[in-house]
Amino acid sequence: MELFVQQVLAGLATGGIYACVALAVVMIYQAIDHLNFAQGEMAMFSTFIAWQLLQWGVPYWAAFVLTIGISFVAGALIERIVFKPIQNAPVLSHVVVFIALFAILNSLAGFIWDFSIKEFPTPFGSSPLLGSGLISSHQAGMIAVTLLVLLFLYVFFRYTRVGLAMRAAAGNPESARLVGIRVGWMVALGWGMAAAIGAIAGMLIAPVVFLEPNMMLSILLYGFAGAVLGGLTSPGGAVIGGFSLGVLENLAGTYIPVVGSELKHPIALVVIVAVLVLKPGGLFGRVAVQRV
Amino acid sequence: MTTLLDVRGLRAGYGPIQVLHGLDFSLDEGGVTTLLGANGAGKTTTLRALCGMIRTAGDVMFAGQRITGRSTEDVVRLGIAHVPQGRGTFTRLTVEENLQLGAVTRGDRPGIAADIERIYGYFPILKKRRLQQAGTLSGGEQQMLAVGRALMLRPRLMLLDEPSFGLAPLIVRELFDILSTVNRDEGVSMLIVEQNAALALGIADQAYLLETGRIVMSGTAAAIREDETVRRSYLGY
Amino acid sequence: MSVQDDVIAHPPIAAPVPARRRKVGVGASALTWGIPLLAAALILPFLVKNFLIFQVTLVMVYAIAIMGLNLLTGFNGQFSLGHSAFYAIGAYTAAILMEMGGVPYALTLPVAGLVCFLAGFLFGLPALRLEGLYLALATFALAVATPQLLKFSPFEHWTGGVQGIVVIKPDAPFGLPLSQDQWLYFFTLAVGTVLFWTARNLVRSRTGRAMMAIRDNPIAARSMGVNTALYKSLTFGVSALYTGIAGALGAIVVQFVAPDSFTFALSIGLLVGLVVGGVGWLPGALFGGAFVLFVPNIAEHVSKGLSGAVYGLILILLIYLMPSGVAGFVRAAAGYLNGARKRRVT
Repeated sequence: MELFVQQVLAGLATGGIYACVALAVVMIYQAIDHLNFAQGEMAMFSTFIAWQLLQWGVPYWAAFVLTIGISFVAGALIERIVFKPIQNAPVLSHVVVFIALFAILNSLAGFIWDFSIKEFPTPFGSSPLLGSGLISSHQAGMIAVTLLVLLFLYVFFRYTRVGLAMRAAAGNPESARLVGIRVGWMVALGWGMAAAIGAIAGMLIAPVVFLEPNMMLSILLYGFAGAVLGGLTSPGGAVIGGFSLGVLENLAGTYIPVVGSELKHPIALVVIVAVLVLKPGGLFGRVAVQRV
Repeated sequence: MTTLLDVRGLRAGYGPIQVLHGLDFSLDEGGVTTLLGANGAGKTTTLRALCGMIRTAGDVMFAGQRITGRSTEDVVRLGIAHVPQGRGTFTRLTVEENLQLGAVTRGDRPGIAADIERIYGYFPILKKRRLQQAGTLSGGEQQMLAVGRALMLRPRLMLLDEPSFGLAPLIVRELFDILSTVNRDEGVSMLIVEQNAALALGIADQAYLLETGRIVMSGTAAAIREDETVRRSYLGY
Repeated sequence: MSVQDDVIAHPPIAAPVPARRRKVGVGASALTWGIPLLAAALILPFLVKNFLIFQVTLVMVYAIAIMGLNLLTGFNGQFSLGHSAFYAIGAYTAAILMEMGGVPYALTLPVAGLVCFLAGFLFGLPALRLEGLYLALATFALAVATPQLLKFSPFEHWTGGVQGIVVIKPDAPFGLPLSQDQWLYFFTLAVGTVLFWTARNLVRSRTGRAMMAIRDNPIAARSMGVNTALYKSLTFGVSALYTGIAGALGAIVVQFVAPDSFTFALSIGLLVGLVVGGVGWLPGALFGGAFVLFVPNIAEHVSKGLSGAVYGLILILLIYLMPSGVAGFVRAAAGYLNGARKRRVT
């Protein structure tokens, strides 16, 4: 029983990482109606920027806030400069530009900061939480921050005018224009926010997995999977999806002997696919009802 | 009567296909004008051209300002509200959120709240469904919501694209009565595009007849209604 | 699933070309371009060195794989990030048959094709319920799972585990005076041409129209009596068949199969090749294949340390210049050459 609880909690801890990334994924999906495959790389790049600031002697929380700000601006700029010119191109061309962005960011990071593994500090300390052997204070801090961001987003989208405008712009851009919303700005804003959330995710993850240009590769994919599992239309669902995925992965690895750690990842994905076939909108998502 | 909208030589189309071949018409402030025509005549295209939703050429003056070439958002912010074909409601958002979006560019909170209540006054069914997702409303209710949202902009000019489309006759009657009231009491000018000529001529002051991208007839609604060719082709008697 | 309300199904994956224009533009030029191209292709191996022949052969192999992906994504609207799996299955089928079954290499192609057809069809069945991003995720899962499964210990006896299988390169038959590379080039060229012609006919047939109808408006297609479920699964199967045959050819040409040659990166490569060539345009596969093979090399030449960034930049520039790939460029050029003056809104 103790093994089970331990594995669940460990799963929640990794799940916290996935939840954070899943949130960023859903955010941008809500803003622009497709996925940003380069999101992980943007988060990684932001984390490197933070690292560089720390190397230059900037205190942690100042670097944290500064990085968020820089990422926000960079995200909005990337949208305006890279994606606006092709806004009328077919969807697949967009996907390919995302891939290109991914390649550029990954390569650039490796070039500027090289591929060796670096340590990234945590503001929460790494000692076990309140002396218990269950999770460390960093992991607890990570989960707390994720939930805080989630709360912020909920309030922003539900209760603010800009949030409403963004939801409108993403749902029906043409109608949004007809009420005077500047759809282009809303999309750029969405990107900025997603980049900022990605930066937060990166800075929380790096202390655990160590900072290097390829750190986000598998994490992004599992964040994406968690988001889809929870339902792409539901930020809360994405977070739950991320946590569930972490737990699922751990339990599968521990209890299904043939799986071991060889097939830990594919098994998780297979489970997700199974869920999707049974419930196409994800666990908490809503499938759009199409009027014929 | 001042001229609110003045259109000269309006040309517009989709890609290589030109739909409007140089329209000239105008609207007076406070009036209701209708643009009639059969399917494919270019009525919807005209409204979209006015709002900058498609590539346009020519001269369109609204309240003395040139609006050709401006983006849709800018045209809207000058005081033109467009109720598009198919309603264009935000189906995933609630009824109340749809109305709030109509006022998203306004700053006066109490004014907005008062306006929402006024809209509910015109359309009580919307108040009943205020927290429901707009996509679950019936066609008629969504049309009312679309009109309500447009009114929330406090527009000077309202463009309506086939508001009667797909609606039961009783609902249509109700809707058009409300449009008449709004025009009379709040002074909102209207340009209504309709296939249902009888209906439109019933509330309009001025009328234009559009055929394959050209205006072929114009005059007061009363005169158009009496015209022989119109009666035979569009009114059925 | 799209967040968009009120939507007419999904935004177009490919920009479909009006049929009329296609006949006048690309259709007629198929013959005018096809024959000189074929002639050039036949002479090429006698003019260049073996390594370049090998590379061009690989370009054709990738082109076949991309054609497979095009049938599924471009013509039928089903998004797949998992074609590396079918390529791998085809490759391993050929390798195992040749090295453990002593089967002649030419026969491995139809077998690989059949195995992949079944795999694709079976995968296509549950995938019927998934669309857009959800299908992307499912196919992504397939792509990621495949190398892991290939390395899986219980299967090692067959798959050779992490080290893979080495394949013997065949000689030209009947004692023809051709080097191995030259022979494989012609073999691949022949297979590729046959497959291209078959795909072209498929796309222009009633079946092809049904496939495209499903892509453009599945609800309308269904209400016209098109059995969407059957067509979608069959298309998955055919698409996998093409990519599987490409994989088998690839195994023979490269002489080696190993799990890490068939990762998710290959799926991405095929997707990029598809878009560069032009979604929904079969001849584009050659341009796509060439891009996939040569551009990463070029990028490395330009800058060893920043090769990824250069690759990304080239890709972005290409999309800016040709948002619909080479296909879009060719269509525009054909339209211009045919003297069809675009009536611009003056």
